[in-house]
Amino acid sequence: MNLVIIKYNAGNVQSVTHALHRLGVEPVLSDDPAVIRAADKVIFPGVGEASTAMRYLRQAGLADLLPTLKQPFLGVCLGLQLMCRHSEEGDTPCLGIFDLAVKRFPAGDQKVPHMGWNLLEDLQTPLLQGLGERPFVYFVHSYYAETSPHTIARTDYMLPFSAAIHRDNFYATQFHPEKSGTVGAKILENFLAV
Amino acid sequence: MLTKRIIPCLDIKDGRTVKGINFVDIRDAGDPVELGARYAAEGADELTFLDITATVEARDTLVELVRHVAAEINIPFTVGGGIRTVQDVSRLLHAGADKISINSAAVRNPGLVDELAREFGSQCVVVAIDTNRHADGWYVYTHGGRTPTEIETMAWAREVADRGAGEILLTSMVADGTQAGFSLDLTAALSTELGIPIIASGGAGTMAHFAEAFTTGKADAALAASVFHYGTIPIPTLKAYLAEQGIPVRG
Repeated sequence: MNLVIIKYNAGNVQSVTHALHRLGVEPVLSDDPAVIRAADKVIFPGVGEASTAMRYLRQAGLADLLPTLKQPFLGVCLGLQLMCRHSEEGDTPCLGIFDLAVKRFPAGDQKVPHMGWNLLEDLQTPLLQGLGERPFVYFVHSYYAETSPHTIARTDYMLPFSAAIHRDNFYATQFHPEKSGTVGAKILENFLAV
Repeated sequence: MLTKRIIPCLDIKDGRTVKGINFVDIRDAGDPVELGARYAAEGADELTFLDITATVEARDTLVELVRHVAAEINIPFTVGGGIRTVQDVSRLLHAGADKISINSAAVRNPGLVDELAREFGSQCVVVAIDTNRHADGWYVYTHGGRTPTEIETMAWAREVADRGAGEILLTSMVADGTQAGFSLDLTAALSTELGIPIIASGGAGTMAHFAEAFTTGKADAALAASVFHYGTIPIPTLKAYLAEQGIPVRG
């Protein structure tokens, strides 16, 4: 399988690569539009800041390309947020694959970032099949996408938000499957089979 | 609901785990990768690797170790011990560490916290604070708890949070190694005062101590070494106990 991980100035590329190795897949790391277009599957990782990441994607010619892709595509963490319409982080216009607004968690009693293991609820789609009864996954984020008809898993932290979203060939998770133990590994395995 | 985290800490010297017993089902308790994988399989929520060698040669060994851990283990892990520069951090993160923890270097050069947060994001910057109680309050210690400073612990914690620390690993030297319980008042004071997660460390001896750290101590996570290494408290037993006490944990 020709799986391409989109290379940009974001962290966690290494962890996603390792997680795929554990599943027997050797991914290609690239920011070349031709290589990405020709991939069987694409993973769009991300740890970092939205406006900086979007600037990089525009300069690399990827901001126009990514929304037009037809192969199975999985965004992770910041990747999910960049696939939405707009992020409050740096007041950043994003890729618009999902018509959703990304907002900052409100200041209140609870701590921001939302960091640690939390539960996935109301799971839908084959991506999230076979995760067991109480699937916990690992989150680290200060911004979230609201729940919507695109939501395929919900998590509660101060408010319910989209832990995972889906439209056509596009999937995205706010949590880190590459760091979410056996549950995360199962999700990546499901994505390989989509 | 966000769960409370249990974090075993592995002390590393020259690339090997320092303390620890040989569990029946693992070959080599001195191998940090194997021991870490065992904890992950048992339900540890994160791991911390603390390098206590801190020589220049050991740095390369540590980076190599981080690479192995990242390849094998599918939960988040933090690396600490002797980290002094942005370059040190860059190497460890690129080798696959999720977070790094700094201690004495931050006290010597508080601007390092800002630099790291700006360069790599707050989410991967843990500031470790070793503290001890004096007659007039809690004070920060450096160099593995050997060197006292005149810095007041709450003031320092607030400062590093303002500078961009993502988490604070609070080790009470009053309690550390005593197995008499975490220092709950101080942990609760920091957790209430600061908007970032507090990891309680030092003093865990019983399962009730962990429960107290989360209830009275208001900690977001608890870190311990000996009780896990010597098998006194198996992680699955601890998780089941905490769940019975009504504390949210990942089951």
